[in-house]
Amino acid sequence: MTTSVIDELKKSQILELLEQGKRIDGRAFDEPRKLTVEINAIPKANGSARVRLGDTEAVCGVKIQPDRPFPDMGDKGIFICTAELLPLSHPSVETGPPGPDVIELARVVDRGIRESHMVDVSQLVIEKNKSVVGVFADNVVVDYDGNLFDACSYAATAAVITSKMPKWEMKDDVPTLVEGEESDLPTTTIPVSITMGKIGNHIVVDPNGDEWASMDSRITITTDSDGNIVALQKGGHDGFTVDEIVKCGELSIKAGAKIRETLKQAGKGSQ
Amino acid sequence: MGGRESTLVLLDENGIRCDGRKIDEPRRIMIKAGGLKNADGSAYIEFGDNKILVGVFGPRDVHPKHMSDTDTGILRVRYHMEPFSVGERKNPAPSRREIEISKVIKEALLPAVMLEKFPRTAVDVFIEVLQADGGTRCAALSAASVALADAGIPMRDMVAACAAGKVADTVVLDVNNEEDQAGQADMPIGYMPTLEKVTLLQLDGVLTPEEFKKCVQVGVDGCKIVYDLQKKALNEKYFQNGGDQ
Repeated sequence: MTTSVIDELKKSQILELLEQGKRIDGRAFDEPRKLTVEINAIPKANGSARVRLGDTEAVCGVKIQPDRPFPDMGDKGIFICTAELLPLSHPSVETGPPGPDVIELARVVDRGIRESHMVDVSQLVIEKNKSVVGVFADNVVVDYDGNLFDACSYAATAAVITSKMPKWEMKDDVPTLVEGEESDLPTTTIPVSITMGKIGNHIVVDPNGDEWASMDSRITITTDSDGNIVALQKGGHDGFTVDEIVKCGELSIKAGAKIRETLKQAGKGSQ
Repeated sequence: MGGRESTLVLLDENGIRCDGRKIDEPRRIMIKAGGLKNADGSAYIEFGDNKILVGVFGPRDVHPKHMSDTDTGILRVRYHMEPFSVGERKNPAPSRREIEISKVIKEALLPAVMLEKFPRTAVDVFIEVLQADGGTRCAALSAASVALADAGIPMRDMVAACAAGKVADTVVLDVNNEEDQAGQADMPIGYMPTLEKVTLLQLDGVLTPEEFKKCVQVGVDGCKIVYDLQKKALNEKYFQNGGDQ
């Protein structure tokens, strides 16, 4: 991501504080930043959310439209989630094709939601092998303060659970919109990703921008509503012990449950 | 992954998998150190039906120059699949998947390689997947570690890699392509056995917290099997055939 230029002083200050059991912004080690979710921020989308996680802000819009199925998946609809870092989010972000960091971001966010089977793609078939419903959840990061993984994941999840799906029928081999018929997008679970950073030997939940720039490695774990672990990605230039990984798994379930409630509440507000 | 329906029996009543393996048995693994004349270090791995070649160059001058770091050397990794490596021809241009895998392999190798000894230089790792059959990133990472060692680059440990997964509600070692397509979870793990550190970890698929713990343990045990084969490969080149070719 866009690691802001953080001087060695700040890095050692962060580490020093962690040694004393404190974080630079006063949070507990297992405490994510404040999450605010604004639903239906983009009325022209079929579902949308504007999410602020501390000072990191992401907007997700869901577009739902007929599409051709993948050749080997004729009985399933399509779900695709993307993420993009906009140049206005940070002075160091440049325009142009996405680099490896942003590609990883998009793929990890997509994987978390896809592997939870949140969107029930088997219910998104208009005509088998011919036409299916495609659900595209596009994230843009508009403000940067670390941990884009979770911000985009929450935005996409909130947008998807509140999406309204239009109805299409095949007429003369063409999917045709049936006016005035909308239903909730079929979903099965609420995935929540929790990203943890390792700084020295300390593990902190939801690293902010300064912590993000100081951390040695990170791990993103996505859990579903049943408390299962559905996706995971390790990153950064250091490793984790097996014990640390097990601890991160437990942290992600615990911290994830609270976030899931926030997302659920936000979803209810839109009904 | 997708849990696609198929008639394939993934695990029979005797605990034997679709390719005849037991649940804790890896595929056939063959690692060879060296083999490329021009590369500073190289390795070839056959991991089941995966066939992967790795070449390492460096430490050498950095091009473009602005990428160089005055404090440390840099590591660059390119994971690339040949168009003929998979069933349907693959577009030879690097895909988003390949860019991501290049990044996670790089980050898995970084804790092992002592780049700080070579400021202003680059170590380039080129991974070419000649044939793919599920679990390429683990096989590639294991071979890359051997190639780095073969290049004589100082390392804290070698990274060994193997996947664990969930197939037919059972945690198994080394998920193959069929199992990946039809199974329930796939968790590639890269591990430094001497330093006891996990440096690559990904997961897709659904696991309960207990299965998650078991998966990590099974995968780490698999890495130790690979580690012995990596050491054997280096041993064969440097101590049994009387040194360099």
